[in-house]
Amino acid sequence: MNELIAIFLGLVLINNFALVRFLGLCPFFGVSTKLSNAVSMGVAVTFVMSLASIVTWVIRHYILIPFNIEYMNIIINILVIATLVQIIELFIKKTNITLYFAFGIYLPLITVNCAVLGVTLINATENYSLLGSVAAALGGGLGFTLVLAMMSGIREKLELANTPKVMKGVPVAFLTAMLLGLAFLGFGGMI
Amino acid sequence: MGKFGKEFVKGLIITNPVFVLVLGLCPTLAISTSVGNALGMSLGVVIVLLGSNAIISAIRKFIPNIVRIPIFIVIIATMVTIVNLIFHANFPDLYESLGIYLPLIVVNCIVLGRAEAFASKNPIVHAIADALGMAVGFMLALLMISSIRQTLGTGSLSVFGFHFFTLPVLGKHPITIFILPYGAFLVIALLMALFRRTGVMKK
Repeated sequence: MNELIAIFLGLVLINNFALVRFLGLCPFFGVSTKLSNAVSMGVAVTFVMSLASIVTWVIRHYILIPFNIEYMNIIINILVIATLVQIIELFIKKTNITLYFAFGIYLPLITVNCAVLGVTLINATENYSLLGSVAAALGGGLGFTLVLAMMSGIREKLELANTPKVMKGVPVAFLTAMLLGLAFLGFGGMI
Repeated sequence: MGKFGKEFVKGLIITNPVFVLVLGLCPTLAISTSVGNALGMSLGVVIVLLGSNAIISAIRKFIPNIVRIPIFIVIIATMVTIVNLIFHANFPDLYESLGIYLPLIVVNCIVLGRAEAFASKNPIVHAIADALGMAVGFMLALLMISSIRQTLGTGSLSVFGFHFFTLPVLGKHPITIFILPYGAFLVIALLMALFRRTGVMKK
């Protein structure tokens, strides 16, 4: 149990996906302009990450390793993620149309979010157990959602701030990310 | 040669993937801690981008429009697997230090972006020129960021064991933040601002 908590907290606060591991940066800078968008994106990513972790873990341990074809890892993982995203999209469209419109374009975009593929690859290289993989996915996803929400809150204010012309837009967002990362550095000694 | 040259040059500066299109940020920031890693990563991207652009352009007339994205992804994933195996066999140290960022080329927006925006609509020669230009543009950006980070963060510059120079004061007291992940954000923000100020790259 302690190990699971360590994996989870480590990925939420210390090895944060967006700020330290640099995973999922494209949506991090693209979507983080409005708070509501950021939260829907974060929740969708966390959900797909957890499902993808479970499915890829099962495939890895019952197909890839017994048949000694672990080099197929990358292709299998990306196909699993793409298929899952399609299924989830269909499922949500049929069952909860409000949620479907709330996710909007962010759901299909998750396929090419490197945080999702990243977490499945981390699970494989670190050799996590099934529960460990789920803890890593939940931790990574929650940490991602957390900083995405913080970042978008800051950027909503930043739009109104008087930034130098050359720094407007993306450069100042990078600097914000740096300061946010330095603040998270304070959690370093926790585990 | 005219069109070929034009497609090649545009990726270097006008539509530089990193500084202008702001694509492929994850590997750019994550592995730019040393020039050696940056070169290794660029080599991987060059091979994948060339291979996928050429294959997709060659079979573009047989790809049904509705399933084109899955087909692109499978082709790219195959190229990445090949690169992974080559690196693992020939450059084990580099493979170790690139870690998960080498397989993550699959979801690098530059590769899928070029497949969708260019290779699926243009003849094979132009697709190759486009891939080369984009890959070299990516490499230039990566080299720029990594050389700044390595020099300031460790106080000296050495690539694959070749030692170039050690800075007088920084050699003893390097500014460690440049090697830390946060330094990457700082360097890329300042470089972008610099390019906008000098007007080299317009957004």
